[in-house]
Amino acid sequence: MTANGIAQIVVYLVVLTVLAYPLGWYMARVYSGTLRIPRLLAAPERGFYRLMGTSAESEQAWKPYAITALVFMAVFAVCLYAFLRLQGHLPLNPDGMKGVNSWVSMNTTASFVTNTNWQYYSGETTMSYLSQMAGLAVQNFVSAALGMAVLAAVIRGFARRSASTVGNFWVDVYRSLVYILLPLAVLLAILLVSQGVVQTFDGSATATTLEGAKQTIARGPAASQIAIKQLGTNGGGFYNSNSAVPFENPNGFTNLLEMLSILLIPVGQVFMFGRMVGSRRQAYPIYAAMMAMTIIGIAVALPAEQHGSQVLRSSGVNLAAGSGSSGGNMSDKEVRNGIASTVNWAVATTNASNGSVNGGHDALTATGGGVPIVNIFTGEVIWGGVGSGLYGMFFYIVIAVFVAGLMVGRTPEYLGKKIEAREIKLAAVGALLVPMLVLVLTAVAVVTDRGLASMHNPGAHGFSEALYAYDSQANNNGSAFAGYGATEFSALVGSIALWLGRFAPLVAALALGGALAAKKTVPPSAGTFRTDGLTFAVLLVGVVALTAGLMIFPALSLGPIVEALSP
Amino acid sequence: MILRTLGRSVIAVVVLTVVFGLLYPLVFTGFARIAFADKANGSLVERDGKVVGSKLSAQAFTEPRYFHPRPSATSPEYNAAATTFANLGPTNPDLGTAINRRILAILKLERPYNPGLQVGDIPVDAVTTSGSGIDPHISPANAELQAPRVARVRGLSEQRVLQLVRDHTEGRWLRFFGEPGVNVLELNLALDEETR
Repeated sequence: MTANGIAQIVVYLVVLTVLAYPLGWYMARVYSGTLRIPRLLAAPERGFYRLMGTSAESEQAWKPYAITALVFMAVFAVCLYAFLRLQGHLPLNPDGMKGVNSWVSMNTTASFVTNTNWQYYSGETTMSYLSQMAGLAVQNFVSAALGMAVLAAVIRGFARRSASTVGNFWVDVYRSLVYILLPLAVLLAILLVSQGVVQTFDGSATATTLEGAKQTIARGPAASQIAIKQLGTNGGGFYNSNSAVPFENPNGFTNLLEMLSILLIPVGQVFMFGRMVGSRRQAYPIYAAMMAMTIIGIAVALPAEQHGSQVLRSSGVNLAAGSGSSGGNMSDKEVRNGIASTVNWAVATTNASNGSVNGGHDALTATGGGVPIVNIFTGEVIWGGVGSGLYGMFFYIVIAVFVAGLMVGRTPEYLGKKIEAREIKLAAVGALLVPMLVLVLTAVAVVTDRGLASMHNPGAHGFSEALYAYDSQANNNGSAFAGYGATEFSALVGSIALWLGRFAPLVAALALGGALAAKKTVPPSAGTFRTDGLTFAVLLVGVVALTAGLMIFPALSLGPIVEALSP
Repeated sequence: MILRTLGRSVIAVVVLTVVFGLLYPLVFTGFARIAFADKANGSLVERDGKVVGSKLSAQAFTEPRYFHPRPSATSPEYNAAATTFANLGPTNPDLGTAINRRILAILKLERPYNPGLQVGDIPVDAVTTSGSGIDPHISPANAELQAPRVARVRGLSEQRVLQLVRDHTEGRWLRFFGEPGVNVLELNLALDEETR
């Protein structure tokens, strides 16, 4: 750990917060409909609503909202699957890619529709340009917008009293796409391409190297896709090695930009929440809890990576930082990123359900690789995915106020809403179903021959690969211990994790929002547990640590912990 | 209700695919082609009118007169059309074997030009695979390690070679973000220019 490395991370977290705060204010205006929209933009918006047979003023109850969301995503899934299968017969395919096989297409469809971007394929050797941009990158926009829309609906549930509706799905999706994601993506894409991220339809380039060999250089419309892949917590790389590839992330500036983009919207949404429920202070303990968990993750992983693995230390090479080398565990890392930026990215991308990487996670040290596994296992609520992170955190918040209520012997309340049996049940489903899914599917993957076939590394690390795979897919992260191999079996089991992991909590969150919207608001009294102070932040971290921590601990002790202890 | 929603969803899917999947990348590509043509095209490097590689990709260098890039896990090595990690876990015995093999290869290559070279002088990036398999950079320490060989083979002074290394070291952004790295292709091109 160099002083510069630590300073880079601290500055990153500060800049992130400074950018996210005004974005939260802006997004609150977008979803409350108080944004002043220029006439030029108002016309296409009205046109879209008319096509959808709705208007900006009409609203839906939570059930129709959820059904609309599910049907819409189902149609998109069919469309994406068709794109992948038929790409060989479609245009914009200068490198002559063939159709993607059925089971990789099945997993990839589930993966991109659920905002996960787990990749059982290598982008530059599998996908045509059309599949990348009109299939996969469209999902990068739309699946992100879905999460953002649902979050807005759930927050309205907290903010409203005795209401029967939570918003209009088409309006929330349109505004997420056009007023938040698209402008940010265009801005980021411009900055990226100005630094050397490729953007062309000319197919791969051929070079004759200085030693006279032929080198083929894969290219494509990457910058436009990478911008939204980072901003929408998608993470699916244009290239196989994702943002470790210089054509996706060429220097320290792009690395900072892409890393900020991972968490920008999720952090902004925390501030947005405070404004939408009419009390900015309510956002601060959530911010504090999430930031604390982020810092803990970095503080554990950074020393481990800088220290290096046992193999590297006993080999005798120079692992010291400074004197022209960043030292540490440089396996599967890039020189320009070094240790600090790679660890920072690895923690940020698994806090958010982003899943892009700027270095290989499979080669992280035992401790350095354990942190992403735990981050993901929290249900992606440390900032988390756009929308899904905060609505996932609401489950823990409901449990936290319930626990607090038990301790003081009063009916638990949050923001003046009484938390009753129905809310607790929904929160329990939302918080516990996905971790259980992870453990069950990992168990299946490590006791069956077909499951074992996917492991790339021997011993405890092989177990970690399987755990990471289903942790990542069920929680819609998408990063990987990338040695874990694609088989028909792992693609199928993964698809189950992907679909259930996305849509079960999503529907539970909408149901929670609907239930809360219908409630009256009770004014705070002397005995009300305050949820806008440090005590609540500590309680929240405690609830997440206990719930997720206790469930993952036995599995951790079979993987990363064994590895950390082995010579 | 579901049928009506289904119909509308189909329309929405078509509209959104056209706008976000075709218009957005096409318009943006047009912009990139005008504003940042070289960069959007992959930062290709030409010599005597021929493309010899990309500033952003490593390529194979095995001759002793060149600086060598970091190890690569792609197949074949430095394949810029199929990037990959090595994905060897920290306790995988193959990792130790590969690292020891690379250490021996470096000692064998460099010691004739640098007799006092010890294993402890080798920086870690010289024996570990990069993330992309096409990392265009080596650490400044790695370049220093190779400088005596390149200087001797080319009949240049070591000071001159080290000066070229410094000239082709890309520093941190704003002297703060990221890590310094020596661009191997650009450095080797400059060396060829020097001893043409």
